[in-house]
Amino acid sequence: MALEGTAPLMNVAKRPARAKWRRIFRSKTALVGLFLVSFWVVLAVLAPILPLQSPTKPDVMAMANPFPSAAHWLGVDILGRDILARLIFGARTVLLVAPLSVAVAMTVGISMGMVAGYYGGQVDAVISRFSDIILAFPVLVLYVVLIANIGPSVINIVIATTIASAPGIGRITRGLVLGLKQQEYVAAARLRAESTLYIMLVELLPNCRGMLIVDGCLRIGYTIITIGILGFLGLGLPPPNPDWGGMVKESTTVLNVWPFMSVEPSIAIVSLVLGFNLLADGLREAWKP
Amino acid sequence: MTRFLCKRLIMMMVTMLCASFLVFAVCEFSPGSVARKSLGPFATQQQVDLLSKKLRATDPLPVRYSRWLGVLLGLIPDPLQAPDSGLNFNDPRGAQYFGNFGYSTLNKLPVNDVIWNRLKNTAVLAGLAFALIVPLSIIFGILSGLKEGGALDRFLSVICITFTSIPEFASGVFLVTLFVILWPLLPGTSQLDPGSGWSIPSQLVLPVAVLVIYDFGYVARMIRVSMIGVMERPFIRTAVLKGMNTRQVIFGHALRNAMIAPFTVLLLQINFLVSGVVVTELVFAYPGFGRLLLDASLFGDIATLEAATLVTVAIAVTTQLVGDLGYMLLDPRIRVK
Repeated sequence: MALEGTAPLMNVAKRPARAKWRRIFRSKTALVGLFLVSFWVVLAVLAPILPLQSPTKPDVMAMANPFPSAAHWLGVDILGRDILARLIFGARTVLLVAPLSVAVAMTVGISMGMVAGYYGGQVDAVISRFSDIILAFPVLVLYVVLIANIGPSVINIVIATTIASAPGIGRITRGLVLGLKQQEYVAAARLRAESTLYIMLVELLPNCRGMLIVDGCLRIGYTIITIGILGFLGLGLPPPNPDWGGMVKESTTVLNVWPFMSVEPSIAIVSLVLGFNLLADGLREAWKP
Repeated sequence: MTRFLCKRLIMMMVTMLCASFLVFAVCEFSPGSVARKSLGPFATQQQVDLLSKKLRATDPLPVRYSRWLGVLLGLIPDPLQAPDSGLNFNDPRGAQYFGNFGYSTLNKLPVNDVIWNRLKNTAVLAGLAFALIVPLSIIFGILSGLKEGGALDRFLSVICITFTSIPEFASGVFLVTLFVILWPLLPGTSQLDPGSGWSIPSQLVLPVAVLVIYDFGYVARMIRVSMIGVMERPFIRTAVLKGMNTRQVIFGHALRNAMIAPFTVLLLQINFLVSGVVVTELVFAYPGFGRLLLDASLFGDIATLEAATLVTVAIAVTTQLVGDLGYMLLDPRIRVK
C-alpha cells in the first residue's frame, strides 16, 4: 500500500528535473554547441585507438610538400609532423586542463562565495575586499605574470586559473546566496538544527546550480582561449606536447607560404570555444526561471 | 557623497599597494635571476653574483619592496643610480623625485622614458577600437533585445557568440591570411614606422579589427540582456497601449533605461583593452604597452613590470570608480545611499 502511494509522487517529483534537461534538446544553439563539444571529446578519448600518425614523429619526406594530401589529411607542420594527429592529441590536453582548472576554480570560488554570503559581516568584508583586489588586476596580466614566473605546467595553469577566476565565481555565488538565505526552507533547516555545512551543501548549493553551470561552461571556453594565448605567447605546455596555441605560434613565421599550418589549429580552438559558448547560451535560455 | 569618495579613494590606494606587493611576491618564484638574464648564459657565477649584489637583488623581499615604494614616492634616492654602484644607471630627472619608477634592466633606460611612449601607442589602438566597439555593440544589442527569441535576435546572437569565441591570435591569423596573403590590401605588421611603405592608418586597420572582433560581441550581449529587461517593464507596455509607434517607444522610453546597466560594462572594456592588447600587439609587432609588459615579465625586469602593472591597475580602479559615479548620475534610485 505504501509503495503504491509513494510511486506516483516520486514520478511527479522527478518530472520537472527531466524536462529541464530535455528542454536543452529543443534549443538549436545548445544542440550545435553540444555537438561541437562532443565532437572534440570523442576524438580526444579515441585518439590512442584511431589510425593516426604520430603527433611527435616528423615525416621528413612530407616536408618537401607540406600541403594537405592523402597521407596527411591536414598537411604537416614546419617540422614535418602530422597536423591532424597533433590537433587530436592537442585536444586531449586542452579538454583535460581547461575543465580541471575550472573545476578547481569553481570549488574555491563557490566556497568563498558561500562563506561570504552566508555569514556576512566581517567575514564577507574580508573576502570581498580580497576579491576586489584580484579582480582589479587585468586577467591576462595576472596570467602572464604568474606563468612567466612560476613556469608553465598543468598544475601551474590550474593554479593561475584558480587565482584569476575564483573571485569572480565567488562574487556570483555570494549574490545568489544572499537572495537564497532569506528563503523559508533555509530557516526551516536552521530550526531543525542542521549544521551550517549541511545547509550550504544541501539547501543552498543545489539552488545555485543553474547559474553556476552556465557560468562554468562560459569559463571553460575562456580558459581554453587563455590556454591558447599562453601557448601563443610561448608560455604553453613545454614541447613536444601538442598544444593548439603553440602550434599557431610555431607556424606564424611561415604564414606567408603555408597559411594552413596556422589556420587549422586556429579553427580548432574557435570551434571548441564556440561549442562551450553556444552550450552555455542554450542552457541559460532553457533554464530561464 | 564626500565620505563615499574618500572611502573609495582609500580603497583604491590599498588595492594598488596590495597589487604592487603581489607582483613583487610572485616574482620571488622566478627561477632565473635578473642578473643571469642580463649577462647571458655564458657569464660565470661570480659575475652573476656580483651584478646581483650591485642591483641589490639579494636583499629580502620586504626590504626590496619598501625600498621600491620609497623610491616611487620620492622619499629616498634610487640607490642604483648612485655613481659608486658601478651600474652606470643615469636618469636625467635625478635620483629622487615623486613617481620615480626606477631603472629598467631590460631596456637599460629609466622606466619613465620607456613606459609613457608605449602607453600612448596603446591608447591610440585601444581608443580606436573602443570608438568602434561602442556604437557596434549598442546597435547589435538593441536590435536583438527588441524581441527576445525572435528571428533577428537569434541571428544576431549567433553572430555575437561566434565573434567572442575567436581568440585574438586566431582572428589575427585569419585576417592576415585573407587581407595580407591572399588579397594583399593591408600590411601584416604595424610597427608604426612611416618608412615601411604603408601609411600609419593602414597599419592600424588590422590590429583594431582584431580587438573589435573579440570584444564587441560580449558587450552587445550585455546590452541585449539589459534591453530585454527594459522591454518587459510596465511603462513600455503603457507606452505601446497609449498608441505610440515602435520608434517613439524605443527612442523615447526604452533606450535611455536600457543604457544604464551596460554603461559600467562599456567602461570596464577600457580596462580590458589596455591589458587585452598584449596578444594583438605581439601578432602585429605593434610597439605598445602590452608587449612591454610581456617582455618585462619574461625577463624579470621588476621595475618595468611594477610600473606597467600599477598603470593597468590604476586604470582599472579609476574606470570602476567612474563607472559607479556615472551609474549614480544615470539612475537616481541608487543615489540615496
